[in-house]
Amino acid sequence: MADIPSDAPQHCPGTASEQAGKTSACQGCPNQNLCSSGATKAPDPAIEEIAEKMLTVKHKILVLSGKGGVGKSTFSAHLAHALASDATKEVALLDVDICGPSIPRIMGLEGEQVAGLSLCLSPRYVEDNLAVMSIGFLLSSPDDAVIWRGPKKNGMIKQFLRDVDWGELDYLIVDTPPGTSDEHLSIVQYLSSARIDGAVIITTPQEVSLQDVRKEIRFCQKVQLPIIGVVENMSGFVCPKCKVNLPPTTGGAERMCEEMNLTLLGRVPLDPRIGKSCDEGKSFLSEVPDSPAAAAYHSIVQSIQAYCLSHVTREESAG
Amino acid sequence: MDIIKGGNLAQVQHVVLILSGKGGVGKSTLTTELALALRHAGKKVGILDVDLCGPSIPRMLSVGKPEVHQCDSGWVPVYTDAQKSLALMSIGFLLEDPDEAVVWRGPKKTALIGQFVSDVAWGELDVLLVDTPPGTSDEHLAVLENLKKQHKVDGAILITTPQAVSTGDVRREITFCKKTGLRILGIVENMSGFVCPHCSECSNIFSKGGGEELAKLTGSVYLGSVPLDPLLTTSIEEGKDFIQTFPDSATFSAINSIAQTLLTSIQNP
Repeated sequence: MADIPSDAPQHCPGTASEQAGKTSACQGCPNQNLCSSGATKAPDPAIEEIAEKMLTVKHKILVLSGKGGVGKSTFSAHLAHALASDATKEVALLDVDICGPSIPRIMGLEGEQVAGLSLCLSPRYVEDNLAVMSIGFLLSSPDDAVIWRGPKKNGMIKQFLRDVDWGELDYLIVDTPPGTSDEHLSIVQYLSSARIDGAVIITTPQEVSLQDVRKEIRFCQKVQLPIIGVVENMSGFVCPKCKVNLPPTTGGAERMCEEMNLTLLGRVPLDPRIGKSCDEGKSFLSEVPDSPAAAAYHSIVQSIQAYCLSHVTREESAG
Repeated sequence: MDIIKGGNLAQVQHVVLILSGKGGVGKSTLTTELALALRHAGKKVGILDVDLCGPSIPRMLSVGKPEVHQCDSGWVPVYTDAQKSLALMSIGFLLEDPDEAVVWRGPKKTALIGQFVSDVAWGELDVLLVDTPPGTSDEHLAVLENLKKQHKVDGAILITTPQAVSTGDVRREITFCKKTGLRILGIVENMSGFVCPHCSECSNIFSKGGGEELAKLTGSVYLGSVPLDPLLTTSIEEGKDFIQTFPDSATFSAINSIAQTLLTSIQNP
């Protein structure tokens, strides 16, 4: 049951609360008996169902940032493209940004609807070995707004994890919206029995981003989500005419990583061709393969792969 | 819906939401700059920051971590100066530790936003700007529902950057406005061209023109564009008043023009 059911009274304590069914607000609520019986505090059965589904997924990576617009979706898309460039690997990209799903456009899949909404959601394929799922595929028009409160968003995320026919995957990458709220709690909760390899945190060099990203890092620590490392995106811009570089003001991601004892996976420079590729639904790594930004992406992806593989080795030795 | 008479918004003349479906387009930056421009034009302004997970306003206005006091009517807003020309409220002021994550699900966010709307003693204001997080979810529904109970909401300004990835999300925000009966006061295209501070060369880092096209496509007013100005970025980073420091810049001129159009629009609905 959703934490606050749609027919709950105004001051519902939440179905998972110790006070569920027992507070004065619960009087008269149709769910009162169910809540006070303790049934609603039982773990959601979907967690085990999802864990079962995820047995065929070797590595799960979340892409997070406290801050909006730093390039999470751009990075997630290019991480997916880079991993899928090895034809022997099966890769999937799940977009859980329910209100602002950018992945369909960035992956060149805009306007593609997904068949079979009710029981088995099938992802769309960019390549034979690169699958994508997003709420964007379930919307019939580019103007459709998903005006949903938290519980409904959580339900969608549960469906994406439990009901999408992912098949056997080497990598499942999950692109998230900015913040530390329903979507983030849900993805961590629903994957809690399925072992997430870790999170890649995206930031830009500015303090206005870093201050939100520190909160995201605290979130990861609170929910015991390992952090693979931090990527500093839009890292410096070199004017194409005078070639002067514009540096960050408070030490950027490097200083933050030192202070918080995290790995700086790399810096991706601000290249206008990246935004253009995203708008056109093309992989920047294919469009401009010799650019410094593409080299930065490849280096970061290699670090992430190495982390995932060493993670497996550690688990196997411990087991 | 009957509007509750009296209350903390009774002496607030106009309320404008700053929205975008997309994150990182400059909602907080433009909320801050529009507030400063309106103040510069002699108005008493307030900013209500309902981005609970990523509250940016306190740092942008360099107010540090002041204590928020209570009075008979509720919370006293934080003022940026002794003249009380700019009043603020943000969850940023209520956190013990600035790096503390607010890890709340929707209902809890909704409850605090309800309090922010009704329990801040704004006093007399010409304009209250409401900065929002990206999206069309709990925070947006909460602030709109609570504002409508207390006060006429003049409308919303939508911020986008030029590229299709942004305008794609802002189209959905436009639908949100239409579905909730929120008047769209206009669209602003931010980061519209980058002007190098050294050689004045203009590069279209995030392409150009998408905001204007979006306005045409959706029948909305185009309020104007604001360039990606490293001097503005630095001011925001350092919490300085850009308008005091660079009053002659093209960027200030663009922001001021938008502020003036906004004022005309809300004063003559």
